[in-house]
Amino acid sequence: MKITSNWLKEHLDTKLDENQIIKKLTDVGLEVESVEKQGGELDDFIVAKILKAEKHPNADKLRVCDVDIGKENPVKVVCGAPNAKEGLFTIYAPPGSVIPKNQMKLVVSKIRGVSSYGMLCSESELNLSDESDGITELSSNDFKNKIGDNYFPKKDSNVIDISITPNRADCLGVRGIARDLAAAGSGKLKDFKENKLKKDGKQKVSVKIENEDNQACTIFGSCLITGVKNTESPDWLKEKIISIGQKPISAIVDITNYVMLDLNRPLHAYDVDKIDKGIIVRNSKKNETFTALDNKEYKLDDGMCVISDASGVLGLGGIIGGTRSGTELDTKNILIESAYFLPRSIRKSSKILNIDTDAKFRFERGIDPLSIEQGLKRASNLIQEICGGKVSEFDIQKIEKYENKSLEFNPSKFEKITGIKIEKDEMMKILNDLGFIIEENKKNLQLKIPTWRPDISQEVDVVEELIRIKGYEQIELIEPQKIRQKETLNKKQKLFHFLQRAVASKGYLEAITWSFTDSRINQLFLKKNKEIKIVNPISSDLDVLRSSIFSNLIIHLNKNLDRGFKDLSIFEIGPTFFGKKPGEQQTVIGGLKSGKIFRQSWLEKERLVDAFDVKSDVIKSLVEAGYDKENLYFDTETPSYYHPGKSGRVFLNKGKEKVVAYFGDIHPNVLKKLDIKIEALVGFEIFLDNIKQPKKSLKDQKTKHKFSDFQKSERDFAFVLDKNFQVQELIEIILNVDKNLIKSVKVFDVYEGKNIPENKKSIALNVTIQSFEKTLNEDDLNKINQTIITAVESKLDAKIRS
Amino acid sequence: MSDIKKIKDEYLLKLSKDLDVNQINQIKTDLFGKNGLVSSQFKQLGKITEDERKKLASELNDAKDVLQNLIVSKIEEIEIKEINQKLEKEKVDITLPERPFAEGKIHPVSQVIDEISSIFSEIGFSVEEGPDVENEYNNFTALNTPDNHPARDMHDTFYLDEKKELLLRTHTSPVQIRTMINDKPPFKIIAPGRTYRSDSDQTHAPMFHQIEGLHIDKDINMGHLKGCLNYFIKEFFEVDKIKMRFRPSHFPFTEPSAEVDIGYEIKDGKIIIGEGDKWLEILGCGMVHPNVLKNVNVDPGEFQGYAFGIGIDRLAMLKYGINDLRAFFDCDYRWLNQFGFDPIDVPSSYRGLSR
Repeated sequence: MKITSNWLKEHLDTKLDENQIIKKLTDVGLEVESVEKQGGELDDFIVAKILKAEKHPNADKLRVCDVDIGKENPVKVVCGAPNAKEGLFTIYAPPGSVIPKNQMKLVVSKIRGVSSYGMLCSESELNLSDESDGITELSSNDFKNKIGDNYFPKKDSNVIDISITPNRADCLGVRGIARDLAAAGSGKLKDFKENKLKKDGKQKVSVKIENEDNQACTIFGSCLITGVKNTESPDWLKEKIISIGQKPISAIVDITNYVMLDLNRPLHAYDVDKIDKGIIVRNSKKNETFTALDNKEYKLDDGMCVISDASGVLGLGGIIGGTRSGTELDTKNILIESAYFLPRSIRKSSKILNIDTDAKFRFERGIDPLSIEQGLKRASNLIQEICGGKVSEFDIQKIEKYENKSLEFNPSKFEKITGIKIEKDEMMKILNDLGFIIEENKKNLQLKIPTWRPDISQEVDVVEELIRIKGYEQIELIEPQKIRQKETLNKKQKLFHFLQRAVASKGYLEAITWSFTDSRINQLFLKKNKEIKIVNPISSDLDVLRSSIFSNLIIHLNKNLDRGFKDLSIFEIGPTFFGKKPGEQQTVIGGLKSGKIFRQSWLEKERLVDAFDVKSDVIKSLVEAGYDKENLYFDTETPSYYHPGKSGRVFLNKGKEKVVAYFGDIHPNVLKKLDIKIEALVGFEIFLDNIKQPKKSLKDQKTKHKFSDFQKSERDFAFVLDKNFQVQELIEIILNVDKNLIKSVKVFDVYEGKNIPENKKSIALNVTIQSFEKTLNEDDLNKINQTIITAVESKLDAKIRS
Repeated sequence: MSDIKKIKDEYLLKLSKDLDVNQINQIKTDLFGKNGLVSSQFKQLGKITEDERKKLASELNDAKDVLQNLIVSKIEEIEIKEINQKLEKEKVDITLPERPFAEGKIHPVSQVIDEISSIFSEIGFSVEEGPDVENEYNNFTALNTPDNHPARDMHDTFYLDEKKELLLRTHTSPVQIRTMINDKPPFKIIAPGRTYRSDSDQTHAPMFHQIEGLHIDKDINMGHLKGCLNYFIKEFFEVDKIKMRFRPSHFPFTEPSAEVDIGYEIKDGKIIIGEGDKWLEILGCGMVHPNVLKNVNVDPGEFQGYAFGIGIDRLAMLKYGINDLRAFFDCDYRWLNQFGFDPIDVPSSYRGLSR
């Protein structure tokens, strides 16, 4: 909502200056978004006197003038005008100003070697006249005391743009804003004086509101004005319309707009001679069409509120008029409409048709239903004054009665909500100023809510009015107490926190990407899930919710590869979606690692990143989050975007309840499809929701500290077994031989090739054996050795390698 | 001069010279070998009288000790010298680069969420979460924003179905609804998370982060709200005092509603929070609307309280001098490295929020 302080002052008697008004507006909840200078470019031109005019050292026709512009020191201006003489009063344009005639912006420049600060202007350059021979000459008598003043009268009113919140329909008119300021003690709301209107005869156009279900028009007031001469608006009206950034059209249109902006009372003017018989306000029928004033043809649904005549739709009530009955400069007879439409209906129809107009904006927020006649009166008066004509009596059709709603307000509610006290008298004054009618009974206030405030219906609404006007700065701050009754994070949130930082500490940079992604990329990572489309995506490449963290992460990884990076580690923790219902989402950590380890290191041999790098990162992160490494269990079933032979699944234990993580090489086909060019790319996903929370806390999980001081022994074994056999099981068999004695099993070599049969591999292991009871002797050790060999050979198709 | 003294003096002289290990060993053999000079002297002891023997034995033992000790220390000296010579050869250029290590980073948004959580934890808030996909009821209707209410225009919403029943939450406020429906008052929660709006330009991203706050109890009023936010802002920006301004505003789910501005100034191109005469809007808040409480079966006659919503990304930008919101979600490796935080840098109240 744009206003100027001059306009505001037509309704508000105030001593405040513009800056104070702006501050007050914001204080009462009418937030000032911007303040713009109105036609400010003429403010720059200053009355000046030439103190001295000398010939330019390098040019015969130029003069270098010392010019008094009202500042401490005169400025030097190079001037070519023959009349630039000592003692002349003229008009000076400083650097930075824009010359009206040619729109040139002045800069400090050197003219033949002499710097010139600004310019002395001719009348023609200022669009004052066609006189271009020489600079403007001002009478010394008139201007001798005005050196340094603006030459042009300054427009002291800026355009103030106020962001009106959706609840404040009443402030979509200048008078409403004035009322708020007056209530807040910034002045007095002026009485609204309306000239007496002379009415001639009845309103002869028949108006009927069809009484049907969902009729959105509940009041239709109108008056007829005959014999008008539509014209350009007078200057005062044009200026008003221009001052808030709108374009004047014709007197009749400008007047209806003016009344809307001034009083928040939308009106519509019809050319009566174009109305076929009478006006019928009814619900539209499906596929009815009409051409609106925005020159677009609209096809209507059924049930939209239309103003129609015998020939069809004239306009959409409260939203937009039609071209067929629009007023033009040659219009002779007009009908002014002042109506009330139900907000919900306005909003619904305009949404479907995608129309946004000033009228719609106001009606959908709720117009004062008791302002029908005021609007007709104001508009008729202005039209008569500007365009002449005879005004009929008002015709008010209504199917519903409106009156002030009542509310009982308990004054103690104010303190209960705000924590501060104000006297009942002060409350009553504020409410009165806002337009409430108050009846006081014993304890409570009986309020009649002003009809222009559809947003007020409960006691808290009244509390808001009071504290808003009283000032939020009055609320006294209560220091918070440092008491905690519940843990800040639950177990799942703690796990999130631990894993997030655990993964980052493995050298990964945390990224945050959109929750939506490109369906073409997402389908690579869809697994068995359904695609979840966004009905109204911001762009076609962000059209689905992501099924995997990789959907976005891999694209961003690729962008970084394009930036010239090769060895990247990035991860994201966040939601992935497997359904479109609330809650059909998982929290996942996805990480990607590309390129090489120890690239170009003088110290270490460089190598490609591989599945065991990410395996280590996953396991270490789980261990840091409090899970036992010994219990983790792995298999090879992974989604299709992983390399089928170089990827694995992680479970918290052998029971394989829920997949806790995937890791491995990313499938080369994915790289090919996405045109990713890097030597190696591995990744992992950890599914936080699948990680079972231990019932006991970590401190309670710890077993009694137990260790052995007896000598430990190490024995090496090498088994030849099936190439596809998984070492995980081999280690398990060995550990299970005697859990008390066998402390650890290390794999120190995996060998295939020479001396080993085809389809076989050799696994070399180092086993640590230690007893809690004694130092084991050679016999004991041999026994265990033999048990291990037997166990392995009997359970597996394996042979000890001698 | 006795033979013993002669031997002693002679060999002390020999041992004082610069000798190698072999030469010393030769001397050792010469003196203490089977037929060595000292050994031979000991053999002589049997052949002399007891009186003489006593005297001689003492003299001999003395000489033996002196010579032996000298030999041992000589050998030790040489060994140390040899080790030193060997180490001298093993010397590396220690200024060569270390073995490469990878440095991980936490995203500034995550860090700021942890900072905020840490602050609110101190005053008794616990963390709640809700789903990113919401139904229309929780996101709007239950929050006193019925269908066809103009306030819905303030939120450009992503929808997942044509009927517009499923959507990406436009704010974290539906977590209020979920929390209150599932539990009993009092409530004292914060809810950080992703939020979505379908507008995108230089200053708006289609996804951003909010943190919701809700405190409902029997007598929670606007003074508590002010105190809570004042505490939060001071702690967050780690300054002793702040300038804070409550401005009346409108949110359908709070009444009265306010927007909160903080005072700032720009010094040497840097933003200073808590000083100056410029105002910056950082959050919206208010007293939870009775209609909202009714919708979640909390009696507004008995319970009341406040709610607030803060844009996390903007707070992060302000605190850490980040200019471009869109860069948060661009994953530029250089940006993540510059603005990310070390994972061991966990914000806490006793160590301080930031370094």
